Parts: sequence; C-alpha cells; structure tokens
Amino acid sequence: MHKSIIAAAVVVAGFSSAAFADGHGVTVGVSWSDFQEERWKTDEAAMLGALDAAGASYLSADAQSSATKQLADVESLITQGVDALIILAQDGGSIGPALDAAEAAGIPVIGYDRLIEDPRAFYLTFDNVEVGRMQAAAVFAEQPTGNYVFIKGSPTDPNSDFLRGGQQEVLQAAIDSGAITVVGEAYTDGWQPSNAQRNMEQILTQTNNEVDAVVASNDGTAGGVVAALTAQGMDGIPVSGQDGDHAALNRVALGTQTVSVWKDSRDLGRNAAEIAVALAGGAALGDIEGSATFTSPGGVDVTSMLLAPQPVTQANLNAVLDAGWIEKDVLCQGVTGLAVCE
Amino acid sequence: MSNGLGKLIKTLQIDTRLLGMIGAFIVISLVFHVATGGTFLTPRNLFTLTLQTASVAVMATGMVFVIVTRNIDLSIGSLLGIVGMLMGVIQVQILPDIVGFGSPSIWIITVTIGILLGAGIGAFQGWLIGYLVIPSFIVTLGGLLIWRGGAWWVSKGTTISPLDPNFIMLGGASGTIGVTASWALAIVGSILTVVFLMNTRRKHISHNFAVKPLWAEYALGAILVGAICGITAIMNAYLVPTRILERRFAAEGLEMPEGYTEAYGFPISVLIVLFVTIAMTIIAKKTRFGRYIFAMGGNPDAAELSGINTRLLTVKVFALMGALTAIAAVIASARLGSAGSSLGELDELRVIAAAVIGGTALAGGVGTIYGAILGALIMQALVSGMGMVGVDSPLQNMIVGGVLIIAVWIDIIYRRKTGDA
Repeated sequence: MHKSIIAAAVVVAGFSSAAFADGHGVTVGVSWSDFQEERWKTDEAAMLGALDAAGASYLSADAQSSATKQLADVESLITQGVDALIILAQDGGSIGPALDAAEAAGIPVIGYDRLIEDPRAFYLTFDNVEVGRMQAAAVFAEQPTGNYVFIKGSPTDPNSDFLRGGQQEVLQAAIDSGAITVVGEAYTDGWQPSNAQRNMEQILTQTNNEVDAVVASNDGTAGGVVAALTAQGMDGIPVSGQDGDHAALNRVALGTQTVSVWKDSRDLGRNAAEIAVALAGGAALGDIEGSATFTSPGGVDVTSMLLAPQPVTQANLNAVLDAGWIEKDVLCQGVTGLAVCE
Repeated sequence: MSNGLGKLIKTLQIDTRLLGMIGAFIVISLVFHVATGGTFLTPRNLFTLTLQTASVAVMATGMVFVIVTRNIDLSIGSLLGIVGMLMGVIQVQILPDIVGFGSPSIWIITVTIGILLGAGIGAFQGWLIGYLVIPSFIVTLGGLLIWRGGAWWVSKGTTISPLDPNFIMLGGASGTIGVTASWALAIVGSILTVVFLMNTRRKHISHNFAVKPLWAEYALGAILVGAICGITAIMNAYLVPTRILERRFAAEGLEMPEGYTEAYGFPISVLIVLFVTIAMTIIAKKTRFGRYIFAMGGNPDAAELSGINTRLLTVKVFALMGALTAIAAVIASARLGSAGSSLGELDELRVIAAAVIGGTALAGGVGTIYGAILGALIMQALVSGMGMVGVDSPLQNMIVGGVLIIAVWIDIIYRRKTGDA
C-alpha cells in the first residue's frame, strides 16, 4: 500500500507536468456503482468523447452495486496510476475510506451524480430543485389558475422533496393569492407508475374530477397520472414529468403530457471529463468555472456544479430528436398534425 | 353464540369467518365514507376499487393453493413484471409487423403466449421445489431476483407504451360490457345460483344427509341473488364521464344528443376475477386435484403414503400460480396502458397478505378462494381509502402492516374458540 501510494504520487507528479506541457497523458479513472444500468452507458460515451478531445485516457471499474467492492475498485484505480477519479457512489456515506486513499495519493475526486457529503470531493449533478421549478413553471404557463394536484416521488428518496421544494417556489405566489388551490398531494411508493395511478384515481374521485393541472415528479408517475385522467376523459390537462422517457416524449407529442424535464446525461458525462482533466492539471476545486458552494442536507459545504436541465415541451421536441435521444417513429407514434412529426 | 342471530347463522350454514370479513369490509367502508365526506361508498369509487383489486385478487386465488400445500411463492411480483414486459414487447414491437397494426389477433396471441410463459416458469419453479426438494422459499426468493432482473433486461429500463388498444380493454375502464349485458349476466348468475342450491339440496336428501329447513334455503337464495343484483346495480349506476361520451360521438362525426348518458356495467377485468374465482373454487371443492391439494397440505406424509404424487402436484400448483400471475400481468399492464420494468413490484407481499387475511393458514391445509378475494378487497379498500383521506404513503404502509398482524391474530383466536383447523 505504502509503496503504491508513493508510486502513484510519483506518477501523478510526472503526468501533471506532462499534462501541463501539451495536454496529453492524463488518465481519468471512473468507479461506477452499477454499470449494468442502461443510462450509464450514455454517460460513459460522453465522457470518452470529452477525454479523447482532451487527449486523456480512461480507466474504469464497476462495483456491481456493492459499496465494499467500490472501495477496492478505487484503490485499484489509484494503484493503476490515475490522475483524477470520478466516483458514482453506491453509498455516499461509506465512500469515506476511498476519499482518504485518494487524498493520500494526491488525486482529486469528483462525486458524480450522487452526492458524496465530503468537502474533498467535487459534486457534479443536475439541479433537482431546478427540475422541480421547471416542471411547475411549464404547467403554470398552461394553467395559471385552478385546482392543482401534486404527485410526488418516493418518500424514501431525498430528491422527491428537492423536486417538491422547487415546484412550491414557483407556485407559492399563485397559491398565496388564491389563484391556485392545492386539492391533492401524494407520495408515490417506489416511484411506481401503478401507485401514482391509484393515488390519482382516488384524488379524482375525492374531488369529483375538479382538477385542472397535475404536477407529477417524473415521467413514470406522469404515465400513471395520464392513465387515470384518460379513464375520466380528462387527458389533455397539463401534466409535468422528467427524465425524457420515450413513452413520456411520445405523450408530449400527443399532447397528454405538457413537459418532460430532460437531464441530458451526456452533458453530465462531458462536464465530468472536462472537470477531471482540469483538476488533474492542478486546478483547485473552487477554480472550476461555474462551480459554487452547495450545502448538503447533512450541513456539509461542498464545491459543486449543478447543471441546468432542459424542459422539453411540444415547442422544442426537436431538441431530443437532434440529440439522437429518440427515434422519430417512436416519438411520433400516433401523432398527427405536429410540425416536428411531419 | 346462543342468541337468535347466532342460531340464524347456524341454520343458514353460513361461514362465520366469511361474515366477519364482510363485516370488516363494511366497517372500513363506512369509516372511510364518513371520513371522505360521502365519496367512498359511491358507485364510482366502488367501480374503481374493483379495478384496483383485480390483479392482486387473481393471484391471491393461486396463492391459496400454494400456501395450503405448505409452500410460498415470493416470485410472483417479479414474474408479473417479466411476463408483462414480454407481452408488451410482443404486442408493440413484434406482432404489428407480422399481423398488422391494430389487428384483433394481437391481444389473443399476446395473452396466450403470456399465460403459457407464466405457466412454464411456474412449472419450472415447481419442479425445482417438488423434484429437487429445494425449499420453495429459496427457489422463489431466487425467482424474485431473477425475473425482476429479467424484466429490466428485456426492456433495458424503458417503458413500453402505448399498448394495443384491444389489449388495454382487458384491464381498465375502457373495457366494460355495458348495462344490458351486465343485467343479462346477473340474471344468468342468479338462475345458476338457485339451480346450484336446489341441486345440492336434492343430492343431500338422496344421500340422507341433514339439510337446512326449506325457509333457510329460500333465505340463502334470496341473499345471494340480492347480492348479485346489488353489485350489478352498482356497476350499472356509474355513468361514463360526459367528456368521454362527447369524444366518442365526435370521433364518429356525430353530435351528442342533449342529456345523453351511458353507464359502464361490469369491467372485463372484474369478470376475469369472477371467472377465476368460480373456476378456482370448483377446482378446490369438486375436483380430485383440489382434494389432493388440501390432503397434501393437511398431512404431506399421509398424502404421499396414500398414493398421491405430491411432487407432480407441487409442479401443477406452481404452474397454476404462474398462469394466474400471467393473467394478473395482463390486467395490471392493460390498466396502466404501459409496461415498465417496475410493474408488479412488491405484489408478492400484497398477494400473500390478501390470502392470509382471507384465512389461509401458513401452516398449510386450510384456506378458501373467496376468503383470499375478500382479503384482497379489504387491503385495497384500506389503501385506496387512506389515499382519498390524504394519509401519506409511509403511514399507509404502517397501518396496512398493523392490520395484517391484527387480522391474523383475530383469526387465530377465532380458530382456538371454534376448534376449527
């Protein structure tokens, strides 16, 4: 261990100067928590592209959903001589020893997408409060008055309350003035669409269908909400979502969902790669352009960069098509009279 | 029970446990009716409640057999997920290219493949349990992980939507049979019930068994026919929302006549539950297969010594569970109009709870199909009612958990007092 740290330190020192000289020779190590999930492949492709462009090389390890294996993975990456680490933490609470090892070897760490509550790590993610704001804003633009329902995320996911907080910020004034009345609000166990459908059905029954807009926290729950609305012939009232699910984008094209706030994970991957290269080159955490201090729920101040998501509505469906995120025939299935689908 | 009511119940030979469960359902409904300011016991909510219960109810009937044979099936939620997902892929991505988009054969082929797949997977798990003697808890715990992972693998995490329009009719409010057909069905059901009661009485007399007094038979018949007609009246009292009717007329280029209304009648998914309930009750009470199941559950060694092939029986019970899970997958995905990889998550626990609340003993040998259906209805009434009142979901789970334990505790006390098995 001791030897490897010295070796790593030597390697880091060597590469750092090389990196300064011509931008070549930096190696970025990525520790994935669960690479079997489809979406990380998109992130990885974006990282590879950005690293290639910077002339850096890429090493990775997959912890297969094990926090223990992730510690070993990080140590192994350090041993292999990486200059910067990107960690998608399986468990932000138990990643501490990995940060200790990285610090000992003088390697900067980026906490990727999931928060690592430690000031030594740079936190890069999408701004979930902003997602909530965008959801509420898109629904509010369509329906500035009337009865609102909030279908929230899983009660065990801290993001659910970040989202709900953002939604509240946007709508607070209208709620205070009485323009908007909140007639129903429910968490969705496990983010499961069928639970969202059941909750929406019960709220519709209870309010005798007097609902004018639904702020749903993601596309899965929005799917359940739209199914419940369709059963009452109410599909078409404003409904929000997020993730850019293919089914949801199709609903946006059909007009049964107003907005899907899209977090382009390629943005996340590209930024992570660029920040990693910059940090490997000796930049301090606070020097990264666009970085700010983020106070975690546990009260720890971490240097962070929160990327802005993009609300996708009928007006800008081109964005997801142009990005190659979705095929036109999937997006436009059953859609008539929409310019983007012609 | 020495009072008049007790005597009456005894004379009518009604299962007191059944009465207790119906009583519990009525109490829960009344409490929510008051708490919601009078919306719980409306035709609309009762209609929705039956739709919400359908998928779990179908699986609960199969779980009765599984638990009666002293086994457990933890894999059904995941099995529902993978079968639902595969049926989604078949009807959306494969069949339209072969038989043409919107072809009526799509739902038939999809459902057939789904049920065969469910039965096949169930039979395989049953074989591991019966012939390789791996405990069912372990086999189906493995199944829980394997099939959920499989469901994800098939879809790569995406949601398959929209499903075939004919297929969707099997699960939700878009597929109902209308007022006339519902009443016709009620009349046929009532006649069959009366014929059944008369036949039973005739048989009992011919075998010199004790029979109820004639007035008791009439009373029982009247109660059953009254219940059938009452439920039908409720289903026929829920009117299709005006907006849906307007759209339907508009789609045909017609103007909707002033004051036109139309009621839903029985949803197809509820009829599926009804059919499954009757079929499973007949299997349990009237077939050799059913008698063997209860014999094996009561005493596996004695059953085996008396010549029952308990291994093959286990395979059949799990195959049946798998087929019913596939039917539940049809209902669940059709109701949602899409198939996602989280479909059916935690359903195994809801189904086991429904069977257990319905009086199925985990020690084996005891359980009824109608009990499981009522158990599912009671659970769903609790969850939906709390949703209407605005109880947050973590608290909902805590209450449902508490009710489960209390229900089983009451059942144990009841059995101890009556000396029932």
